[in-house]
Amino acid sequence: MSRGIAIVGVGGLGAPAAVALAAAGLDRLTLIDPDLVESSNLPRQPLFGDRDLGRPKVEAASERLCRERPGLRIESVVARVDSASAVALLSGHAAILDGTDGLESKVLLNEVAVETGIPLVHAGAVGLEGQLFSILPGSSACLRCLFVELPDPDDMPTCQQSGILGPVVGAVGIAAAREALAMYRGLRPRLADRLAIFSGRDLLWRTIELRRHPRCPACSGIPVSRLRNPAPDAKIRAGSTNF
Amino acid sequence: MSVTVKVPTPLRKFTAGSESVQGAGDTIGSLVENLDLKYPGLRERICDEQGRVRRFVNLYVNGDDIRFLQQLETKLKDGDEISIVPAIAGGGS
Repeated sequence: MSRGIAIVGVGGLGAPAAVALAAAGLDRLTLIDPDLVESSNLPRQPLFGDRDLGRPKVEAASERLCRERPGLRIESVVARVDSASAVALLSGHAAILDGTDGLESKVLLNEVAVETGIPLVHAGAVGLEGQLFSILPGSSACLRCLFVELPDPDDMPTCQQSGILGPVVGAVGIAAAREALAMYRGLRPRLADRLAIFSGRDLLWRTIELRRHPRCPACSGIPVSRLRNPAPDAKIRAGSTNF
Repeated sequence: MSVTVKVPTPLRKFTAGSESVQGAGDTIGSLVENLDLKYPGLRERICDEQGRVRRFVNLYVNGDDIRFLQQLETKLKDGDEISIVPAIAGGGS
């Protein structure tokens, strides 16, 4: 039986996605995030309020969602998804929704998707712009098809440098939920092989066709070796501060 | 050749906030040079010191990735639409 949809990172992207999935009637959801609720989260993370400050995000989110959707079963995991824990944490799910912050974690989730065959919704946002596309492992372009070579983290625009606006990241997160829900229901997501770019300045979406890269380091047949199945007691680790 | 260039948010500080600008060039490489004349600093954000397109930036001509065409030598024609698409990894925090 499927574990439902896993949201990795219950922040600016993942929190609105969780709200949308719960409202859509999803019955099983896994929330994974190592962080605690901070005051800086509140303007763009609608699951949290002042009384949640200092609590693990996944606990506060689970409590709120279950209060409003009593039939929803949520597995809350206070943990960072890393190369040692990723497969155990995410296997068995019908879809993964990437709500993380940072290229390294997004690349890791892409590797997990390719290795396990679990569909993945990739999402990101910075400033007034967001990106979103769906990855059907083995049949549609993956993140590394799009960026075969990875930039140095210092070359990437960050939310700290460019800012981030709640409605922008929220729009991307909710659209990501729509894609994950299609995967969960066995439907082909609209954004497989299509990169959707959201302009928060103009409130417009546009799309670019994608294709699999014949020399993709993740999905063209080159073995992915970073991942491993951890011992059961390594499944949940607490206390990391960010993705 | 006159073309339209879609500029992503992180690069709009070079285009006075414009999301879409006009450029000229027979190839992607010459277009980048033209854009840098009009919007100084843009070339450096698109290409590295060796003149190659940076690893976290993809360029599309009418939706086709130049990596599958002739890279910077990809030919342009009047009315083409070029999209600059950088990797975006934020949004979780």
